[in-house]
Amino acid sequence: MEKIKENYSRRSFLKVSTLTGGGMMIGFNVLANLIPNEALASKAPVQDWIELNGFIKITPDNQIKIFCPNPEFGTNVMTSLPMMIAEELEVDFSKVIVEMGDFDTPRFKSQFTGGSMGMKNAWMPLRTAGATAREMLKQAAANEWNVPVTELTASKGLVSHQGSNKTATYGALATAASKLTKPEKVNLKKTSEFTLIGTPQKNKVGKNIVAGDSLFTMDYKHEGMLIAMTIHPPAFGMTLKSFDATEALKMPGIKNVFDIQVYKDDYERGGFDTRAFNKLIAVVGNSTWEVMNARKKVVAQWVPIETTKEMVAAWGRKKEEITPAGLESTVDHMKQMSEMQGKPGKILRKDGDPEAAFSKAKKILERTYSAPFLAHNPMEPISCFAHITDEKAFFVAPIQIPEMIKQNIIKNLDIPADKLEMKLARMGGGFGRRAYGHYIVEAGHISKKAKAPIKLIYSREDDLTNGIYRPTYMVSFKAAIDENNKVTAIHVKGGGMPEGAVHENRFPAGAFENYIAEGWEIPSNITIGAFRAPGSNFIASAEQSFIDELAETIGKDPIDYRIELLKKAKANPVGKNNEYDADRYIGVLELVKEKSNWVSKNNKNAHRGVAAYFCHNSYAAHVVDIIMRNGQPYVENVVTAMDCGFVVNPEGAKNMVEGAVIDGIGNALYGGLRIEKGSPVQKNLNQYRIIRHKEAPKKIDVHFVKNSIDPTGLGEPPFPPVFAAVANALYKVTGKRFYNQPFINDMPKS
Amino acid sequence: MSKMNLKVNGKKYEVDLDPATPVLWVLRDHLNLIGTKFGCGVGACGACTIHLNGRALKSCQLPLSAVGVQEITTIEGIVAEVGTMHPVQKAWLELDVAQCGYCQTGQIMAAVSLLKTKPNPTDDEIDAAMTGNLCRCGTYVRIKAAIHQAAKSTTK
Repeated sequence: MEKIKENYSRRSFLKVSTLTGGGMMIGFNVLANLIPNEALASKAPVQDWIELNGFIKITPDNQIKIFCPNPEFGTNVMTSLPMMIAEELEVDFSKVIVEMGDFDTPRFKSQFTGGSMGMKNAWMPLRTAGATAREMLKQAAANEWNVPVTELTASKGLVSHQGSNKTATYGALATAASKLTKPEKVNLKKTSEFTLIGTPQKNKVGKNIVAGDSLFTMDYKHEGMLIAMTIHPPAFGMTLKSFDATEALKMPGIKNVFDIQVYKDDYERGGFDTRAFNKLIAVVGNSTWEVMNARKKVVAQWVPIETTKEMVAAWGRKKEEITPAGLESTVDHMKQMSEMQGKPGKILRKDGDPEAAFSKAKKILERTYSAPFLAHNPMEPISCFAHITDEKAFFVAPIQIPEMIKQNIIKNLDIPADKLEMKLARMGGGFGRRAYGHYIVEAGHISKKAKAPIKLIYSREDDLTNGIYRPTYMVSFKAAIDENNKVTAIHVKGGGMPEGAVHENRFPAGAFENYIAEGWEIPSNITIGAFRAPGSNFIASAEQSFIDELAETIGKDPIDYRIELLKKAKANPVGKNNEYDADRYIGVLELVKEKSNWVSKNNKNAHRGVAAYFCHNSYAAHVVDIIMRNGQPYVENVVTAMDCGFVVNPEGAKNMVEGAVIDGIGNALYGGLRIEKGSPVQKNLNQYRIIRHKEAPKKIDVHFVKNSIDPTGLGEPPFPPVFAAVANALYKVTGKRFYNQPFINDMPKS
Repeated sequence: MSKMNLKVNGKKYEVDLDPATPVLWVLRDHLNLIGTKFGCGVGACGACTIHLNGRALKSCQLPLSAVGVQEITTIEGIVAEVGTMHPVQKAWLELDVAQCGYCQTGQIMAAVSLLKTKPNPTDDEIDAAMTGNLCRCGTYVRIKAAIHQAAKSTTK
């Protein structure tokens, strides 16, 4: 019979120090934990890495390491961003070691995963970093061989001089190169010269993922680490009054139970500092199961909050945020939003004379659309490791926006900036949820109070009920149609709780002489935040469903009608600030039409729906086919056309689009968080419905418009138009239009 | 607390824990087998899928006391030798399945179990066997293709 401590030979980086009652204590090399990837397997000791710049390190035996500046949550930036560097550096990408950069924004300039901005923002700086290092290596060789640098070529990690037949590895040149002055200007390749960018590359971290290696914060361990969980109020609109931990403290393995205040009373919140509850009870103990059990024994008293007003700094301006008292409900939200639809809103844009057009209209088509709160539900529940000592504040955190979280941590935890150290762990999904790093501050408070390294873990229930959701929305579209069956005016009006819904400068703005957009917002104490394509995911659905119904009303094919409007907006744009490039919009519609074999005439499109949208700098169009299967709608096939400029990694890009399509189908049909008495009704994944294997399409056919425009992102743009494509196809299958998400609730009873 | 013997990945362990502790947390917190992931704790997401006597099962729903002499296999134990890859893992890499990757070890465990009973599963059989495993990133189409590919590579 083997004892536990003898069973660790598989993982040589572990050392078992003692055997205790509950299992054992394991000593970890902190650097070895959270294996970035092959780095651990690399033979080179740490001190042998020669740094050429913040992104590139090379060993004398020519191992090349590239750091990814942006946190990874599944968009595959750990492959696509290093590709940009490797292309210019001229190295064999299959041999490159990729590692996640630590939290060090001055070094990386930008560390932000969100808004589909990763590719766009990295495009010039990362290629420049690769080219700069390459030129320094060439210069080092030129100096060594006493030849002009212009006679040298760099390829596959080697510098060569044809005239003298000399070659040297980057590794051999790295030390000399690292001492040279960085060139001011370097030439970057043209897209036609790329040999790596634009070729399909597999996920650099793939092997670690399928092996189940320690990549995520949840997996992180540290000597002496304790597990912490928190208890938050049972409803929005409640706060902690007092608690009794007597029984909890008697439970096995429990070290501490205390309360924490997350943000200071005078802390001025920034846009990503949203948190639902500022006072939490923390339970700290030896193991997760023990803490989970003890947590149930804490008796807490909760009291209603009072209405508060707070100035929140976001995007360079300050905005008053009202947190109203009371226990809210979905039923009330719908009532409040309907009432707002009946009152005048704030005029956001007006072109021509829409009032006159509507008064003269022969026919008016008006439709109202709504959507519930959505929970992100990243597969890895929220977690954070914190170890705060007098020497330093060390975190391992899953955070999308490292560059914007620093002030929050420093100010609310009283940590001097130079003592803050943070490892950016791979995130088990994010979808916007992990842009709100309140849990880092929570973990920091708990480590400070417990005077121990702790890992804060949210249960799925915590994750689902502790706020930050996609807002709930309502929008109506109205069209004036004249006696010639021509649309003479469009009126869009809507809002959300607590955030507005209307983008006044987006399509169909620019395509109609008479156009008016109105918006409103209603305060709510349900905390909201960015959710995949924030601000776009709902309005796209409303707009593109309406355009579909409008096309039908005036007897036009839905794709042809969209193209007709876009051509008009291109030739004679109405108004200013129209936020789209009509040509690129038309491009994805034409591509999806071709690839889906869309047939306008006769009945070939019986089960098909189309939608297109532009947001976050990329264009997307989908055609979905729905069948009824066992009385339920099933999206069987999807054809997608994307324009995200030059596609850096076609393999990863396709995967992203497929995922966004499936996510869109799931949220359109099933997604929704219902609130009753201030509390989310769905508290775990057996209640909150997420699309599953059997509900995913058989085939998703992804096509990219081929061009050489600088690349833009894919995490978000394919997502918003899926909802409307589903709604429009559902109409074809059921004969009923779908206005309220999730659509499954509105299926006709058979 | 009670002392219990466990057989995980062919190795015997002795643990002294609350018998109600879900195997998920025994593996993660006490045996340091962190490839088995925590997703929901109610058996609804499949991130914690392991094999009990070769059959896929959600380890968050399996109390330590119910294991007895049954053999547990985790993602760390599906290959006999360190550094080698199971055909299912290979297929996952060939088709570049993962996005965030958090659910994938659970998906792989479910797929390995499926292929043991049905070496050449149909789409419907894959749906039936895999539908308890959620992927929030939506890699389902690739997972299905990878299972077919692994089936092909092992039945050759």
